[in-house]
Amino acid sequence: MSDITPSQTVGPYFAYGLAPHSRCDWKPNQNYDWKETIGANLVTPDASGQRIRIEGSVLDGDGKPINDAMIEIWQADAQGRYAHARGERPRPNAKFTGFGRSATDKDGVYSFDTVKPGAVPGPNGKPQAPHIVVCVYSRGMLRQIYTRLYFADEAGNDADPILTLVPGDRRGTLIAHKSMRGELPVYRFDIRVQGENETVFFDI
Amino acid sequence: MTLLFPRESLSVYPKHLTPEYRSTVKRSPSKPLIIVPHTLSELTGPVYGHDAVQEGDNDLTKQHKGEPLGERIIVHGQVMDEDKRPVPDTLVEIWQANACGRYVHNVDQHPAPLDPNFTGSGRTITDKNGYYRFVTVKPGAYPWGNHPNAWRPNHIHFSVFGHSFLSRLVTQMYFPGDPLFPFDPIFNSVTDEKARQRMVSRFDLEHTIPDWALCFRFDIVLRGREQTPQDMDKH
Repeated sequence: MSDITPSQTVGPYFAYGLAPHSRCDWKPNQNYDWKETIGANLVTPDASGQRIRIEGSVLDGDGKPINDAMIEIWQADAQGRYAHARGERPRPNAKFTGFGRSATDKDGVYSFDTVKPGAVPGPNGKPQAPHIVVCVYSRGMLRQIYTRLYFADEAGNDADPILTLVPGDRRGTLIAHKSMRGELPVYRFDIRVQGENETVFFDI
Repeated sequence: MTLLFPRESLSVYPKHLTPEYRSTVKRSPSKPLIIVPHTLSELTGPVYGHDAVQEGDNDLTKQHKGEPLGERIIVHGQVMDEDKRPVPDTLVEIWQANACGRYVHNVDQHPAPLDPNFTGSGRTITDKNGYYRFVTVKPGAYPWGNHPNAWRPNHIHFSVFGHSFLSRLVTQMYFPGDPLFPFDPIFNSVTDEKARQRMVSRFDLEHTIPDWALCFRFDIVLRGREQTPQDMDKH
């Protein structure tokens, strides 16, 4: 038995602490400059690469929108480098953290503005296709659930060492599809927590 | 130092589906989770430095014109990994109800007063020894709709980062001796008694400040332990 501190649910009221500028409804603190440290816009002035938007709905087992979820994403930069000491290569975009947080709104929708990540090193020297690690928290989730977002327009998906561990008929739940909104590519990634077409979640 | 994140350590976590906590019924995955190796994407994680917090972010009693009502408390402790090594320079975020058991969030309609001098959110970065410290007021218990006459024990929500995205933890800190423990399905979703007790802070007489504030200590152990020579043999 391990000695780690157990997880508990994020509950319904995290927004004013964790995602103060999100679209979630809360009463702002008028007297104190509670700045947002982690937001849904990851784009920094020095971030190179293709700017993209990621959007989706979070849905429960009845297909109803989850309007009090929090999504966190973790990704490499456009060159496939993580802003972390363990990244095997140095980071080129000093201000690009690759980490973002979005609460869902009343329709269960979240969104991020970021750049498309590059391919990153994988196990046994094989590259991983460009992807984003996605973590979901909400009331009714006693622990976070992890998934991954892959891009439909990436040829490397078929050889990706993680995606190929997923049964073929469920792999599609991890693929975000592109549409254009003016000049901006928007990738849609719905997260179905339970039921038919349930998103693949990982035991990590 | 290479850290490993054994999956077995998660055995103390609650099950995704815990029907006594009703909201889990439609919000828990029904298909088996797929086991995947830990790649660079999981073994890395966001790093937040001291620029992420500003002075006063760790004192929830000084974020308004006046002082909040309630029992002033100090909450402090050490963030560690599974080898009990300190985790320095990591972001710790908290949020909580006010002393009456009311959150400022619009969705909270519990008919208890809001406190104009209390928002209830704080953040800090652990020091080089993994220590953090907050000043706040003791949150009140509050009713919720899970079952008839359901009340949450007093708690403070915690969000902690650690060395990688695998060590990311969202949890709740409870207070010792709470009479609501036996009736709370969220607290009891952790079925191992010792693990459950690790979510309960302990009264820390030594660090109370006489004539000013009581103190509670809450140490946090995150996933991650050092690779041993035996581990290396397995590769």
